[in-house]
Amino acid sequence: MKLEGEVRIPSGCAIAAVISREGKKMTGELITNAMKPMHDRSNGLGGGFAGYGIYPEYRELYALHIFFDDRTARENCERFLEKRFEIVQSEIIPTRKIPAITDEPIIWRYFVAPLKSVLASLQLDEKAFVAETVMKINSEAEGAYVFSSGKNMGAFKAVGFPEDVGEFYKLEEYEGYSWTGHGRYPTNTPGWWGGAHPFTLLDYSIIHNGEISSYDANRRYIEMFGYKCTLQTDTEVMTYIMDYLLRVQGLTLEEASAVIAAPFWSTIANKPSEEDRRLNTYLRTVYSSLLVTGPFSIVFGFTGGLMALNDRLKLRSMVVGEKDDKVFIASEEAAIRTMEPDVGEIRAPFGGEPVIVRVKEGVEL
Amino acid sequence: MTVLDANGLDFRTLGERVRAAEGDVEIDNCCGQRFIGAGMSARNIRIDGIPGNALGAYLDGAEITVHGNAQDAVGDTMNDGRIVIHGSVGDAVGYAMRGGSIFVRGNAGYRAGIHMKEYKNKVPLMVIGGCTGSFLGEYQAGGVIVVLGLGANGRRIVGNFSCTGMHGGKLFLRGDGHDVLFPAQVTARPAEKADMEELRKYVAEYCALFGADVGEILASPFTVVTPDSKNPYKRMYVSN
Repeated sequence: MKLEGEVRIPSGCAIAAVISREGKKMTGELITNAMKPMHDRSNGLGGGFAGYGIYPEYRELYALHIFFDDRTARENCERFLEKRFEIVQSEIIPTRKIPAITDEPIIWRYFVAPLKSVLASLQLDEKAFVAETVMKINSEAEGAYVFSSGKNMGAFKAVGFPEDVGEFYKLEEYEGYSWTGHGRYPTNTPGWWGGAHPFTLLDYSIIHNGEISSYDANRRYIEMFGYKCTLQTDTEVMTYIMDYLLRVQGLTLEEASAVIAAPFWSTIANKPSEEDRRLNTYLRTVYSSLLVTGPFSIVFGFTGGLMALNDRLKLRSMVVGEKDDKVFIASEEAAIRTMEPDVGEIRAPFGGEPVIVRVKEGVEL
Repeated sequence: MTVLDANGLDFRTLGERVRAAEGDVEIDNCCGQRFIGAGMSARNIRIDGIPGNALGAYLDGAEITVHGNAQDAVGDTMNDGRIVIHGSVGDAVGYAMRGGSIFVRGNAGYRAGIHMKEYKNKVPLMVIGGCTGSFLGEYQAGGVIVVLGLGANGRRIVGNFSCTGMHGGKLFLRGDGHDVLFPAQVTARPAEKADMEELRKYVAEYCALFGADVGEILASPFTVVTPDSKNPYKRMYVSN
């Protein structure tokens, strides 16, 4: 059987997300339940979640979630990690045996701090070092795959329907100020756990409904900057594009949106503000290889916030609603009503219009 | 009237119960079940909650009323009957619609009325009370689309690229349309007396359903969009 990464997998999918602007904690049960009315958007070949604020007791440490094929892969990987990090805590990620989820790999998490001596000798900042380590493991280590590497956040994913994946990982035992959830509908899959969403790097995570036509053009460009697309699932490249634009290039979320979902030239020409026209022309020109074409609706998670974005033609559905401190995003209104029956007006953002929600300043996350 | 509680039912079970019920049906606690009323004729279906995608697909004469919002692809390829939405709808409402009518009190998403068509006496009608997203009436080949833009507060009432590829049918937009960029193959002109008489029927039905004032709505100018000729894309790809 060919593994993911050796075959190309287009996907359909369901997305949902919730964030509290006050930083109030919600258990993972809320987002798990949101996936239920969208059951038919997935086909049981991938489900996953990201929770932010779930590891407050280790908030200064990187939480590495890793899949291992076997014990040897784990031991080899641990030896590699020990050379680079102080491992403060290592443990099996608790799961629940349920008939709907089978063939699980060995799933561990490590709370780690980069060794200062290694950082100094490599002359890398901490985040660049962690990102490089993740790339190294995922492209070189046999039987090991890091699927989450941020501080005070974590991704949980598996082959299965998303509501079952939430139960499998006991998400009701975690509390976060924001959550994203994804149900996958690949039309052809060898069924590997790493291929489920979210795709993450550091504290960035992406869930995606759609199919990126520009995948290979985007991949060729982003790999020039040290990223390695090991899975050939299109969403992976989008995670690295966001990391590159935000962390490396220092763009704002709005600017990054104008790169990946750039308006048509005719739309830019008709913008009333000279400054808007100039900025959009600049971004489209400089980052032309990072324009993402084809249908997508995504939710991008980061420390302290979420961003939802549609492709510029809006070829996938996505709606947004609010109630009190909470903002809800989903492929379908039914998912939002499941999280909050009394949600206010439901809004459908325009194609290419980012919806950015942040926890208000001053709240300790 | 049969009352069905949709709570916890998947779309297949709910669909079977709707089909098994004789006569009119009320569905309560609806939450995302797809294909409700698909292909149905000669009965009334009333829905409380949020019906799932493809509500009333291939509808063939039934009347569906939703007391709330609906999701994507409402009335996909419907042939006859009426769908009344008291809230807003998602993308691709009336996709490839070929008969019957859809009335939406609020807004519609992207691609409303895409590829709507008509044949002889089968002329579909879609009235959107609020605003729409981009690609309204893309590839429209027949039928009538009305966008009233109620509650727009000066904002443009349709998105970008309206009427792209339009080669039949008619679109009514409330307002003078000065802020809408139409493609070269269509003509946008102010509504004339005959147009307004035709429009009055549609607006009156909208107002009867949702309780707005016909005179107030029609007091505004309207823009009528039609394709330039029967075959505006002749020789675009091949001689046809």
